[in-house]
Amino acid sequence: MERAALPRGLTWQLGSVVELVDETPRTKSIALELPVWPGHRAGQHVDVRLTAEDGYQAQRSYAIASAPEDDHVVLTVERLDDGEVSPYLVDELRPGDQLELRGPLGGYFVWDASLGGPLLLLAGGSGVVPLRAILRHHRVVESTVPARLLYWARALDDVIYRDELMANVFGDSVDIRFTLTGEQPEGWRGWERWTDMELLQEVTWPPRERPLVYVCGPTPFVEKATISLIALGHEPGRVLHVAFGPTGV
Amino acid sequence: MAISRGFQGRRRGDADPTRVPPGQYVTDDFPVLSAGPTPHTPLAEWDFTIRGAADRPVAWTWNEFLALPSETVTVDVHCVTKWSKLDTVWMGVSLDTLLDGVETSAEHVLAFCDGGYTTNLPLEDVTGGKAWVAYEYGGEPLEPEHGGPARLLVPHLYFWKSAKWVRGLELRDHDEPGFWETYGYHNYGDPWKEQRYHGD
Repeated sequence: MERAALPRGLTWQLGSVVELVDETPRTKSIALELPVWPGHRAGQHVDVRLTAEDGYQAQRSYAIASAPEDDHVVLTVERLDDGEVSPYLVDELRPGDQLELRGPLGGYFVWDASLGGPLLLLAGGSGVVPLRAILRHHRVVESTVPARLLYWARALDDVIYRDELMANVFGDSVDIRFTLTGEQPEGWRGWERWTDMELLQEVTWPPRERPLVYVCGPTPFVEKATISLIALGHEPGRVLHVAFGPTGV
Repeated sequence: MAISRGFQGRRRGDADPTRVPPGQYVTDDFPVLSAGPTPHTPLAEWDFTIRGAADRPVAWTWNEFLALPSETVTVDVHCVTKWSKLDTVWMGVSLDTLLDGVETSAEHVLAFCDGGYTTNLPLEDVTGGKAWVAYEYGGEPLEPEHGGPARLLVPHLYFWKSAKWVRGLELRDHDEPGFWETYGYHNYGDPWKEQRYHGD
């Protein structure tokens, strides 16, 4: 993998919220106008910092949902009901508000066209966010690398970027598939199975084609998917992943 | 300081603020973040090695390791992804015990792990009762997703320095950045100075 050092001295800056988009009942995309943006690589994240009137601060990391080439830096945030920062971002933030952040961060879970493929993207829930940045970048640079997204969600209402993904605006070289394990709409033609080894075998390219795999989602999803792919014979060094959430201790 | 309109925050009343570094929040969960899949090395094949700038390498098998004098420590851990967990209880072997009798001119160590992960530390940060190789958490064997069978425990630095699945230390005369350090994270990682990324 290409190793890219981050710029030194990442400073906090105030962005302006230019647009908020409801993606699902609990998820919003926040488009930001930033005074200084060095550019990012698809897959990177930022740190967001909120400050209360008494000076109390809270920070969290959020994946960037936009391609490097997009007009605005977009964050997509899922509200965690017992969270501290995400309920504010999803429920309270309004266009015109200022939001403090720094980035881009993370040089490991990134893709650009020079890394090639074939590209297998495995998304669990809101883990789709950095993978969507990768798909948008893939489209903008007109990459011909075959790419496939498998998106696991509970139900169709939980699918983020639903219109964009269902309509597959990413072009012929991108294949988008869903598995809904909770409830399926009438006439559902996607999968309704867990992302077990059998399903992954159906979705992925054979190991000899050396797909480059990006897995992002809740910890159990990511653990299972990466272990299964390696058991199927994929190179551990080509299975990149980011997990979030507790393991249940 | 830019006030976030309408943000109150949820300070936890039960956490002593003097124990929570800047930018961190206290959680009761134990979140997991890894750069690679969880390795499952059989204990029969496990060993712990100290090599590099030493008079001679030393190694312990799993059973030899368990026979070393152990310590139980209660420490606070701070992850660069912003969570802190207070009063975590670990059992393991102090690095002072492991390095006892090792002659070296090295000033740095590079911890190496199953799965290829590495992290670098100054030698003086892993000696003097500041670091352990832990194999029990909360009175139970350390689970694989938290770094079992054994992980480094260096609680005064951000938790990525507490390498999971650790298999040994390379003593080095010159500092060499490890995995996350190469990807833009701070070379030292003091949570009290909020040294998260390069340049912090």
